[in-house]
Formats: sequence, C-alpha cells, structure tokens
Amino acid sequence: MNTLDGSLSMLRNPAIIKFILQGVLFTLIISVAAVLFSIVIGTVLALMRNYCTGKQTGVLKALSVIYIEVFRNTPLLFWIFICVVFCPAPGFVDRQMFGLSSVNNKLLFKAAVALILYTSGVIAEIVRGGLNSVSHGQIEAGQSQGFSMLQIMWYIVLPQTFRAIDPTLLSQVITTIKDSSFLANVAVIELMARTKQVLSAANRYNGLNSINVSDVFVLFGLAATIYFVINFSISMTVRNLQKKKMTVKVKKTPVLEERRQTGWAYNG
Amino acid sequence: MSGLFSPRAWNKIWIYRETFLLGIMNTLKTAVIALLIALMLGIIFGLMATSNRKILKSISRVYVEVIQNTPVLLQMCFLYYALAFSGHSPGIIVTGFLALGIYTGAYMAEVIRAGIESVPKGQFEAAQSQGFGYAGQMFYIIIPQSIKVILPPMTNVIVNMIKNTSCLYIVGGADLLSLTYSFVTGENTGGSYAPAYIVCGVIFFLICFPLSSFASMWETSLKKRDQKVFQNSTPKEA
Repeated sequence: MNTLDGSLSMLRNPAIIKFILQGVLFTLIISVAAVLFSIVIGTVLALMRNYCTGKQTGVLKALSVIYIEVFRNTPLLFWIFICVVFCPAPGFVDRQMFGLSSVNNKLLFKAAVALILYTSGVIAEIVRGGLNSVSHGQIEAGQSQGFSMLQIMWYIVLPQTFRAIDPTLLSQVITTIKDSSFLANVAVIELMARTKQVLSAANRYNGLNSINVSDVFVLFGLAATIYFVINFSISMTVRNLQKKKMTVKVKKTPVLEERRQTGWAYNG
Repeated sequence: MSGLFSPRAWNKIWIYRETFLLGIMNTLKTAVIALLIALMLGIIFGLMATSNRKILKSISRVYVEVIQNTPVLLQMCFLYYALAFSGHSPGIIVTGFLALGIYTGAYMAEVIRAGIESVPKGQFEAAQSQGFGYAGQMFYIIIPQSIKVILPPMTNVIVNMIKNTSCLYIVGGADLLSLTYSFVTGENTGGSYAPAYIVCGVIFFLICFPLSSFASMWETSLKKRDQKVFQNSTPKEA
C-alpha cells in the first residue's frame, strides 16, 4: 500500500473526521466568544483611555493605558502560560461537559480567559480609533441637549463608533481564530491541537504502522484548508462591507462628504 | 502567587540568568533572520502586486491570502514535521525563522503594496515620461515618497513578529518564552513562577514597547501633517 493512500484513508475514517470537526466547532466558539467578551472589555478600556482625563478619573486612564500597552507588547502565549497557572477556575467549569473531562474544561476556561485578556487590549485600540473618528461636535451637541456623559456615550458616540469600526472588528475575528491556535500549546481541544493529536497517532490509523510525510501533508493540509475557508470567507465579507460603506458614504451624504473634503468640519 | 515576594525565588532567577540571556539571544536571532527573509519576500511580492502583469498580481495575491488566512503555528508545525518526517530535520531555530519569515513576508507584502499604491498614479507617469526605467522609477521617485507611509505599519508587523517567536514553543522551543516555561516547570529550577514570568514579560515589553510607540507616534504626526497640508491647501483651491 502506498503511503499517500494510507494517509488519505484517514480522511475516510468517520471517527477522525468527527474528532476534527468538533475541534473546528471549539475553535469557532472560543474565538467568537473571545471577541464578544473582548469588545465589552475593550470598549470600557477605550472609553477610559479617551475620556477619563479629569483630575480624579485620571488614574482610570493611566490604568487602561498600562493595560493596553502591556497586553499589546507581550506575546499571547505568555498570557496563556500565566493564566494556566494563576487564573482561578470557577466551580461551574469543574465538571464534565461538552464531552470533555473536568480537567480539560478547566484548562479550556483558563486558556480562553488569556485569549480574552489579550484580545481586549487589541480591540481597545480599534475602538479608540473609532471613537476618535466621531467628531467632538457630537459630544457638545449631546451636552447642549442635557444628556449626561454616560447617555452621550451610549446613545450618540458608541453607535457611530461601532458603525465605523465593524469591518475592523470582523477582521479581528480572523486574527482571533488564528490566535486561538496558540491554545494548542497547552493542549486545549481545538482544531490545531486535535490535528496534532491525530498526527501523533497516525501510525494506528493509516494502516502502515509508521508516520510518514504524506500524513503530515494530508492532516495539516486539511487543517489549513479549514482555517483558510473560514478566514477567507470572513475577509471577503469584510471587503464587501468596506466597499459598501464607501459607496454609501459618497451616495447618501454628498453635502457632508463635500464639507469633509474641503476641510469644513474635517476631523481626521 | 508562587514566589512573588520570596527572595529565594528571585535569587534562583539570578543564578540561572544564563537561561534568560540564551532565550533573548535566540529570540533576537530568530527575529532578525526572519525579518530579513520577510523583507525580501515582502519587497518581491509587494512589487509583484503593484505591477501591471496580471499573472504576477495573482501569484502575489495567492501567497498573501493563503499565508494570512492560516495560523502561523500551523505553518510552523507543517514545516517542521514535513521536514522532520522526510529525514531532513532542520533544527528548531531554522524552522522558526523560515516559518516566521514566510508568514511575516505576507504582511510585509501587503504593507509595501499599500505604500506604493498610496503614491498618486501621476508620479509613475511623470517618471516614465522623464525616461526612468522601472528600477530608477521605483528607487528615485516612488520609494522615497512611500517610505513614510510604509514605516509605521511595518514596525507594527515587526513587533508582531517578535511576539510570534514564542510559536517556537510548539516545535520544541529555544526562544525566551519557551526557556522561561521550561525553567519554571523544570525539576531543578522549577517553582518560581511569578518572578520568572515577570522577568520574561518585562524583557518582551522592553523590546516591543519602544517599537510600537514609535510606530504610533509617527502615525499620529503623519496624520497631523496631512491634515495641516490639507487645510492649508484647500483655500487656494476654493
């Protein structure tokens, strides 16, 4: 039997395919959940960094600057290692669920916390970019209408911010999906880790009693294809969104656009 | 917090300081060679993406999309295992800078493409009309104008690459983070988690922070300057 045939026969093994597809599911769930949590934390951090400039609130700004800079300038794997040791796992993850043992669930929780902490720092900077694109006149207008600062943020600034940055946030999902492969380092059960697991046991499945180069190509090729299909379709969506945004801007607000272009109300 | 305030744990770090120095050396070595590979690939594919030949454009597109849409960890594992199982084990550091160089090259190519595209088309035409060849046009006219647009994002790419050297862990690890990890989990050296991670994190921060703040400062000043030019030039036009 040819080695390539042996490797390909693994792809016809329903148990292996199911095992890997479950990994894909975990990758997607972890990434999307991480981005959602990070958007919340990142928004708070960005607001703190941009608007807590008063005397009493200055300490909040300093804290968020430190947080953002520290997490942006250290590797994700560093935080995964730290969280695996130091992060406490709450009781509800300490049991069997999702078809995983309680040890694996605890590990999953800790690694996910690291991913969220790390992604929050990145998303905070993205949100800040969006906040800066909202013109200051909007805040003044809100104040003149008697809105409190919290109301201004919630009803006026944040909706505009998120409309401006949604393509960037979506492309952050791609980055997070790629980053979630770092979780394989601590043997959390996602696509990358499962591919490695199958490879290390490939001699039992390909009917040859040995692991060959073709196994590497077939298994990692499969994983790469899955990652590529997911990420490429997201990046296509991002590109369409951006294109749409450009045309809508030009079409719907010709006056504003003209003013912006002539430096009137320009707020780069 | 295991050993954050214990002098013994800190002392252990000092005794084994060689480990950390070796880690820094390996990380920097990997990063520098990977950077050279990435720059080379980035320039080649960036120029290909901005050329007029459709075939060159699509080759560059495929490279960028395939590399950017798959995790660097997977690429590194693939490279390492493919070479190892075919009998040419290249060593951890070599795998590291090859994989990181190829991965970062895709980002460099995008940065360089965007930089070249930021130069108005008239500049290319003007250069051509003055009889510049392709190389002369790029070297004297286009690159000097696009370098200020290219540098800030390129620095961010480099910062990410330095952080990504930690990927070496999955193929055996000789970089700073992997050595720190094996230091804190090792039989003789283990235990002093907090001090070791603090040292490792501070080193990464000290390398990356100056670079990334330089990039963001440059970007802000560029934006401000553009705005000024923009505002000054508008009344004349109007």
